[in-house]
Amino acid sequence: MNRTWWAWVIPMMAGVGACARHPATPLEPQPKAFGAEVILVSGDKQVAGVGAQLDQPVVVQVNDSKGSAVAGAPVRFAAAGGVAFQPDRGLTGSDGQFTTNVSLGGMAGPYQIVAATTDSSGKRAEVRIEEIAVGYQERLGQQLNAIHCIRCHDPESTPERVSNHDNLSAQAHAFTEGAVLNAISDANLIAIISHGGAALNKSPEMPPYGNRLTKSEIDALVAYIRAVSDPPYRPQGVFYATN
Amino acid sequence: MKISGKMASFFNFLLGDSARAFGALSVALVALLAVVPAADFLRDWRGYQKRYLRLVRGRSDATSLTRRFQPGLQQIWMPELGVVDRCPTCHSALREASLGDVKDQPFRPHPPIPHSVTGFGCVMCHRGQGAATTVEEAHRSTKSWEDPILPARYLESSCGQCHMERLTGTPLLNQGRQTLARYGCVRCHVIKSPDGVAMTGTDDPPSLAHIGAKTTREWIAAWLKNPQAYASSATMPNFQLPDDDIRDLSAFLIAQSTPYLASREAAPKVPTDDRALKNGASLFGESFCSSCHAIQNAAGMLVGGNLGPELTRIGSKAKPEWLADWLRDPRVYDPDTQMPHYRLDAQQRGLLMAFLGNKTDPDFLGNRHFDPPTSVQIDHGRALVNERGCAACHEINGVKKADNFAPELTLVGSRPLAKILFAPGVAHTLPDYIAAKIRQPRSFSTSLKMPQYTLAPEQVEALVTALLAQTERAQKMPTALRIPPRRASDYHAAGQAGRLMEDLRCFSCHTINGRGGDMAPDLTWEGTAVTRPWLVNFLKNPNTLRPALIRRMPKFNLTDAEADTLADYIMTVYQTPAFDRDSIDSSRFTRADAEHGKELFYGKYACQSCHIVDPDKDKGYIGPTLTQTGARLNAAWVFHWLKNAESLRPGTLEPVWKSSDEDARALSAFLVAQKIAPQTEPAKK
Ligand code: HEC
Ligand code: HEM
Repeated sequence: MNRTWWAWVIPMMAGVGACARHPATPLEPQPKAFGAEVILVSGDKQVAGVGAQLDQPVVVQVNDSKGSAVAGAPVRFAAAGGVAFQPDRGLTGSDGQFTTNVSLGGMAGPYQIVAATTDSSGKRAEVRIEEIAVGYQERLGQQLNAIHCIRCHDPESTPERVSNHDNLSAQAHAFTEGAVLNAISDANLIAIISHGGAALNKSPEMPPYGNRLTKSEIDALVAYIRAVSDPPYRPQGVFYATN
Repeated sequence: MKISGKMASFFNFLLGDSARAFGALSVALVALLAVVPAADFLRDWRGYQKRYLRLVRGRSDATSLTRRFQPGLQQIWMPELGVVDRCPTCHSALREASLGDVKDQPFRPHPPIPHSVTGFGCVMCHRGQGAATTVEEAHRSTKSWEDPILPARYLESSCGQCHMERLTGTPLLNQGRQTLARYGCVRCHVIKSPDGVAMTGTDDPPSLAHIGAKTTREWIAAWLKNPQAYASSATMPNFQLPDDDIRDLSAFLIAQSTPYLASREAAPKVPTDDRALKNGASLFGESFCSSCHAIQNAAGMLVGGNLGPELTRIGSKAKPEWLADWLRDPRVYDPDTQMPHYRLDAQQRGLLMAFLGNKTDPDFLGNRHFDPPTSVQIDHGRALVNERGCAACHEINGVKKADNFAPELTLVGSRPLAKILFAPGVAHTLPDYIAAKIRQPRSFSTSLKMPQYTLAPEQVEALVTALLAQTERAQKMPTALRIPPRRASDYHAAGQAGRLMEDLRCFSCHTINGRGGDMAPDLTWEGTAVTRPWLVNFLKNPNTLRPALIRRMPKFNLTDAEADTLADYIMTVYQTPAFDRDSIDSSRFTRADAEHGKELFYGKYACQSCHIVDPDKDKGYIGPTLTQTGARLNAAWVFHWLKNAESLRPGTLEPVWKSSDEDARALSAFLVAQKIAPQTEPAKK
């Protein structure tokens, strides 16, 4: 039975699909111009919960071979793993830019997005953009970071938050700085967060949080630090071939 | 031609005579019956189990993985929760953390969560059909199975079935619940938490009983046309009313309005020169009005809090005589307002009126002009008020609040798809339906009454998350599993100080004994922490204490007697039972204690990373400046603060130091020796 019903269903679906598709497909926009390259303007390296929409839209720009913006050039977004774009294709605006809202897929991990344009001869140019989806644990870490750590560890200020980063004499690293943080083992991360900088012979300006946060909260912070690190964190130890 | 001829003769042979036809059909039937067990044998799960075994074969821990693997149908069964989950039949690796690198489903291990997967089952959080044994039936909705897998973006809704408190790990759910209250959704829709308590609104919609004294019919009309054009942060939705309805509604609202007990005091003189405008602006700033009220700056950015309404266009709205009264004492017009009673003198009120009166926007009012209303128009306006349910939020003379005005949403997260009419273009899933309904209520039918909200995509996602938590499962959950929210207490301070605290609306921002806002620090044990002289001075002349907070304590212009009353009350009543304020006598600290404390402060504890004691050297700017600790704090408070600040002020950013007695004593000695008020404000970023 498993085999036989395909024989019925496939042509039926194809039939229905053929009828339905006609009005449903959005008309492919007719390009008014062509560029030679597409570059990222903003919106990469964002962190959002699995399946969630990124806070900021992703903006790309199409340039001609001399590097100036091209209006009305075609742009298409694509990605694997259940990433959704709103919209996924269109023409650049008068500033040569194209903006889309991105929802990440349902699995935690890094996602790669490709924005592509074609030149008049149909040759493709593309740019790759990274975004990060985080599961429950990393998201908890993200929230705790925003409460306790970010003022010292993020050099940027926002209207709601003044950064304390430059007021310190030792340097607190942004958690995205993989070059530094990937070199610290899980055990040492847990140690420095729980017992403070002094525990690792570093500056006591890093306060101890072992009595303020629970063990699972500290694990969540470590998971978050691992999730956002750039270059990505590769756990040490045994490696497996994936199949 | 030839083939079809052969086919015809074949059928003739089979069915031509009745006995042979019966035989042929029986054979066909038996064959069909045999298919059912065969199909079972071929079910997807067997294939997945084979694939899983192949996947683990090459791994270094293959032996233990294979040993832990259990073939056949696997089931998590928890009758008391109504869980029968066969998901582990195919999701074989749920608890195999060593398969963390596997990216393909169904073989990913479950990511870490605060609950045991086998202790709660899968469908509690992910939905889907636990009892199903095919991929299709388990994950997607089919005719007989209605509950598809919940899209990952709404997963936090599942936490909300048991957790009614604000969890750090569920920001979207928290935001959604807050939005339901803040945008007044719960004023028309009854939404009961799983513990049976109906949610209440926090949007504080104003009474319209005296609206004619406050503003004009023209303003009402412009507001009804588009509330967000007046204030982008306005929570009142757009009812998308035609102009005639707006004309009649505004006519009715003015007609029903009664006078309020206006003050008999003459309105202050309002200066109009440029200097007055500038001084008014500085007074607005010094009084920290912007802690609660936002105003758009030249760049179009909103600057200020959102506890009170935005004031960018207040001059186009408020009548001057009303504004004068309001600034004198807001409670005369609105006894329940959250706004404190500032003790402003006539000259100060004049300056503020000049500043606020100048905040006009002619484009907003447009060129509306109304002829005097006819009684037909007024009656029509009244009918519209009833029809649109205005009284669900606003008090209006002669109009009763309708019960059950909108459908109850307590169980909306379990609404059967079969009972939903989907608008064209909306995917046939519950989350998509709810999102579409919130985004554009009228897309389902133009006759629907639900108004149009202006919400950011993230707010819609949050609202959908909060509504999806309203499931039947949540209502039936064993009580022991439910974590109730922290509900506000009805605490009121007693006596004269209590009346003063109500008058100043301390509870709009501060929490005391479980009641109040979260904009400013909890004051439940403030009397143990601070010294009386400092407190009196601070009440009269508040200065910036906590850099981590953007909002500031306003200056109320209290009299000496008022400040004394408050200080006496706080010093005697708001005491922690944990220790005695006077248990450490700071006069017995020695110089050596303080010296040792200083070493600890800059060395072992590196307090200067957050606090400033020496304004020339220290730069830390997360905690309060400690230059005046000796004048401000009691030694016993500092001592216990360094033991466990969290227990003294839950939620504080101060780490929990658990210092030894010697360290805490030395640090206290050092800090209470700091008494000199700094000459200059420390440099800050
Ligand atoms: C008062 C400021 C401050 C706060 C708050 C703070 N840190 Fe730090 N942190 C530091 C400083 C300074 C260092 C660098 C110490 C050194 O290198 O000597 C540091 C170092 C670290 C390191 C080692 C990597 C690095 O950047 O050098 C980790 C990991 C870390 N902090 C995690 C956290 C976490 C997690 C939190 C929140 C729970 C937090 N920190 C809060 C100041 C702070
Ligand atoms: C041992 C070193 C420290 C000492 C001696 C110290 C001392 C104090 C004292 C006496 C107070 C005032 C409490 C009150 O007003 O009731 C305070 C408040 C505060 N401290 Fe510290 N502190 C230290 C380290 C830190 C560090 C490292 C941080 C930042 C991570 C910090 C953040 C804060 C904050 C945010 C407050 C205000 C808390 C609130 O009012 O809720 N402190 N601290």
